[in-house]
Amino acid sequence: MNSALNSALNSALNSALNSALSSSSGSALGTGAAPVIQSIDYAAIAAPLILAIAAGLVLLLDAFLPRRPGMGRALGLVALGGVLAALVVVAVQAAASSRLPGGARRTFCVPSSLGGAGDAVSCSFVADRFALLFAGLVLAAGTVIVLLSMTELSGGRIPVGEWHFLLLATLTGAVLLPASRDLIMLVVSLELVSLPVFALIGLRRYDGRASEAALKLFLVSVVSTAITLFGVSLLYGSTGSVHLGRLARAYEAGHAAGTTSAVTIVAVVLVVAGFAFKIAAVPFHTWAGDVYQGSPVPVAALLSVVSKAAGFAGLILVLTTALPSLAGVWTPVVAVVAALTMTAGNVLAVRQRHAVRLLAWSSVAQSGYILTPLAAVASIRAETSGAGMNITGASEIGASVDAAGGDKIGGAVAASVAYLVFYAAMNLTAFAVVMVVSRRHGRNEIDDYRGLVHRSPAAGLALAFALVCLAGLPPGLAGLFAKIVVFREVVGAGLGWLAVVMAVNTVIGLYYYIAWTARLFTPEAVGESRTGSVPGTYETGEGAGSTVSTVSTVPAVVAFGVAVLVSVVFSVAPQVVLSAVG
Amino acid sequence: MGWLLIVLVAVPLAGAAVLALPAFRARGIAVTFGTTVSGVALALALAAVAAFAVPYGQGGSSSPSSPNSPGGPSGSDGGGLGGDMRLQTDLPWIPGLDLRFHLGVDGISLPLVVLTTLLTFLCFVHLTRHPPVGGRPRALVVTLLVLEVGMVGTFLALDLLLFFVFFEVVLVPMYFVIALWGGTRRRAAAVKFILYTLLGSAVLLIGLLVVWTQAGTLDMVVLAERHGGGMSRSAQILAFLAIGAGLAVKTPMWPLHTWLPDAHTEAPTVGSVLLAGVLLKMGSYGFARIAIPVLPEGAAAFAPWLGALAVIGVIYGSLACLAQWDLKRMIAYSSVGHMGFVLLGFATLTPVGMNAALFANVAHGLITGLLFFLAGAVKERYGTADLARLGGGMLRRLPHMGSLLTFACVASLGLPGLAGFWGEMLALLGAFQPAAVLPRPLFLAFMAVGGAGAVLTAAYFLRMLSRVTHGVHGVEPGGAVDVTSRELAAWVPLVVLIVLLGLWPKALLAVTTPAVQAVFTSGTVAP
Repeated sequence: MNSALNSALNSALNSALNSALSSSSGSALGTGAAPVIQSIDYAAIAAPLILAIAAGLVLLLDAFLPRRPGMGRALGLVALGGVLAALVVVAVQAAASSRLPGGARRTFCVPSSLGGAGDAVSCSFVADRFALLFAGLVLAAGTVIVLLSMTELSGGRIPVGEWHFLLLATLTGAVLLPASRDLIMLVVSLELVSLPVFALIGLRRYDGRASEAALKLFLVSVVSTAITLFGVSLLYGSTGSVHLGRLARAYEAGHAAGTTSAVTIVAVVLVVAGFAFKIAAVPFHTWAGDVYQGSPVPVAALLSVVSKAAGFAGLILVLTTALPSLAGVWTPVVAVVAALTMTAGNVLAVRQRHAVRLLAWSSVAQSGYILTPLAAVASIRAETSGAGMNITGASEIGASVDAAGGDKIGGAVAASVAYLVFYAAMNLTAFAVVMVVSRRHGRNEIDDYRGLVHRSPAAGLALAFALVCLAGLPPGLAGLFAKIVVFREVVGAGLGWLAVVMAVNTVIGLYYYIAWTARLFTPEAVGESRTGSVPGTYETGEGAGSTVSTVSTVPAVVAFGVAVLVSVVFSVAPQVVLSAVG
Repeated sequence: MGWLLIVLVAVPLAGAAVLALPAFRARGIAVTFGTTVSGVALALALAAVAAFAVPYGQGGSSSPSSPNSPGGPSGSDGGGLGGDMRLQTDLPWIPGLDLRFHLGVDGISLPLVVLTTLLTFLCFVHLTRHPPVGGRPRALVVTLLVLEVGMVGTFLALDLLLFFVFFEVVLVPMYFVIALWGGTRRRAAAVKFILYTLLGSAVLLIGLLVVWTQAGTLDMVVLAERHGGGMSRSAQILAFLAIGAGLAVKTPMWPLHTWLPDAHTEAPTVGSVLLAGVLLKMGSYGFARIAIPVLPEGAAAFAPWLGALAVIGVIYGSLACLAQWDLKRMIAYSSVGHMGFVLLGFATLTPVGMNAALFANVAHGLITGLLFFLAGAVKERYGTADLARLGGGMLRRLPHMGSLLTFACVASLGLPGLAGFWGEMLALLGAFQPAAVLPRPLFLAFMAVGGAGAVLTAAYFLRMLSRVTHGVHGVEPGGAVDVTSRELAAWVPLVVLIVLLGLWPKALLAVTTPAVQAVFTSGTVAP
């Protein structure tokens, strides 16, 4: 309960900071004559608002409703309803965004009169295409995760109300974050994503591994937050502004004058390092294995998709919106980090015997692939100004998300986001099947998956499809096209070495994905024990398909049905994603 | 007629999908079903041949690309067979990636399409009486049908990324064919196969993307008509290096061949037949379709290296064969040698050489397919494929089998009058007179070395025959049954075609020549 309160505090802090920010920037800049009157566009913030209200509602219902057997399920349905409602709102906003001036709703704005000369209106919350895309991704993933949670919670040993509250709080943060357009709001929403996760992991109090994982993630995350904040404070100190658009203009001016101070470089590196923790990039990846393994499967899925998406959204925003003129500084860093991340993740994954641990390291490797196109941004800028190559306009990169507006996302960023979307669908499919199987095999070793296709064909084939997708081979065309999109950016930018590193990594990755896939199809070894499930989970009996029919796994089965369906659609018609991001 | 090629790809896919339905689980009709489906695919391929034979402009075939080729010789003056793309379909699939579902056949791809559907069909015929050792016939049939989709699609695709997608489709099914139905060391062989070939594919993808970013289009027809126009020499060299390396793994070219012996040896008979008969051709087809026409300057820069590695492969393959004691392994290494001749043909960059390569491609598919069928049959009867343990005397114990084996070996070593001869002879002829940009003395040396390799080929096949078919000693075959009628049904078409192509090579050359001419002659036209 403590941790739950902690999170509540945090979200209160969030709104407090926002209002403090607008007033402080007003007074700091000292024009001061007219009071700044904030008119909040509630339509713009509807999605995070719905999530926050649902979170509060779940907590209240949990506290005041009488304890009955079906109550856990009811709370789950409330949470699910909240997520779906937010998803609908995001979808409607996305459909309507083309008719809005500037293509986006914005709120929490600071008028241009309060900025330096030539500053336009700067808004802290902009629900543009980038933000809505991420929100949609996070909420779709959230739907699957809530469904998986309902299965996880049916064990009855985890407090249901707190669980769903924390989950919704995380999702609120993850929806807020991509719409944030100032550093403070970015950091606060990033914390709102992270803090509830520690508690979610720790809620399994009877499990020593969970406590260890929670503590580990907590320590790592706090350190990373501190580093990010340090970097952010340096950025603020050197420019006097926290809005990303104003930062960009300040640095553009400095860049034009040919002066890039050492402080700025340090700040950039610190901010990148802070986000690198969140996305588990090398050298800040070491927590991934233990934390994923110690977490309940839905939380591992949350970490690998929602938390990671939030980290990437923040990283992309800071790098391409606030610091596009410093691309010469951060792209080499990103390139090296991407290469190291994919290599380290893949090499570590090769030796794993535990299903979730393997997925943990593989998702580290996938982070590397997602990072890769960001390294191509600078080269494209250089070439567009030089040779006039017409692949991606440099103007698209910076202009994407700020007031000047746009509904377009730059080519390199689009490649990252597209990969992220594909990855989310594939990885959630894998996690959903792992969830179903972990009900029967508590150990959740890779060997437990031997012959899964014969025991329960649906789960087995779905997992095989997801793994082949992650490996990037047909019939998993989603993964293949995702890789092609990334390769195209890298090759187009002339980063040959990075393309080769990625090619080699694809092969290493294939090794463990295909080894696992092959295990699904090999017949079970004679005398293999079917026992070994953790006490507290349902033993669902022998025989093919019987798990699927058990009541407690129904939500998980629905979840993996949704995930598989999305993955298949992405495979057949990747245009759905590509047109959404590009 | 554009729908014909779509149906050709769709039929095996639909067959696999239908068979994968749970309703088919209990019934034992999987192999019959697969035979029917692949038979339909073969019939469609033959229908494509018939449609192809109709002179251009009368068969209702549409050619959307011809507006892009003002004055190109591939337009109307070919008139005869196969100088241009026929039966094209061009549908948008993924606009975001510029990827179009663009299929078509010309003289280069048509023979390979027929070869693919024929070998797949014969594999199913073979399966009807020889259920897979690993059990689960339904799964095997589904896998083989998916494999056929990938193989046929690769030869039909006219979009670089679509080509790549189909190129990749074969990997997973072939992995499972080896890993689930293979021999004793199947797991390692399957992993080696898929990792090796995927590494090749990844490099190939990089090369294709270089072409894309430089030329701005993925349409192979347009790219081939440009003959490298719009791409700088350095970009062409880089792209050829990447694409060539990727294809060379598949072909395979020495020294990238090391996955091949294990995979061929451990795969079940149908897997070996399709691996050697079709999958290797996907690599060499890539040279004929993409690497050489699209990147002529890159090809000119690397041709001497390609030729050198090709003849090394010829010699290496032959020597390795001499050292083998396992029948299947020996045939596998012989593929390295034969594909060396194919690559030598490409390396000459002349119409003669490319014709030779395409001919040798088809001939090798037929002959090696037959050889692997026979090796599987021998292994089945004797329980081993070890030359030492087989002993001799097959001609006396199993006269029909022995004669067929002798026939296949003789065809493979390039006896004039059989299909294997023309490919090797024309490849050496091409090396005698390589393209003007290439150093002739070097290619004369390649010709000499290749000729020595041809002699070595004869040496190891004759050694094998003398050990297996002749003599008197040897183990009794377990079930001393000679060739069964079903085996005969699977093998006779191959025998007939080997003889036919050997006696009447023009049947094939007439189809390939116009397309090959189109690749080279219009190189003089300014893009």
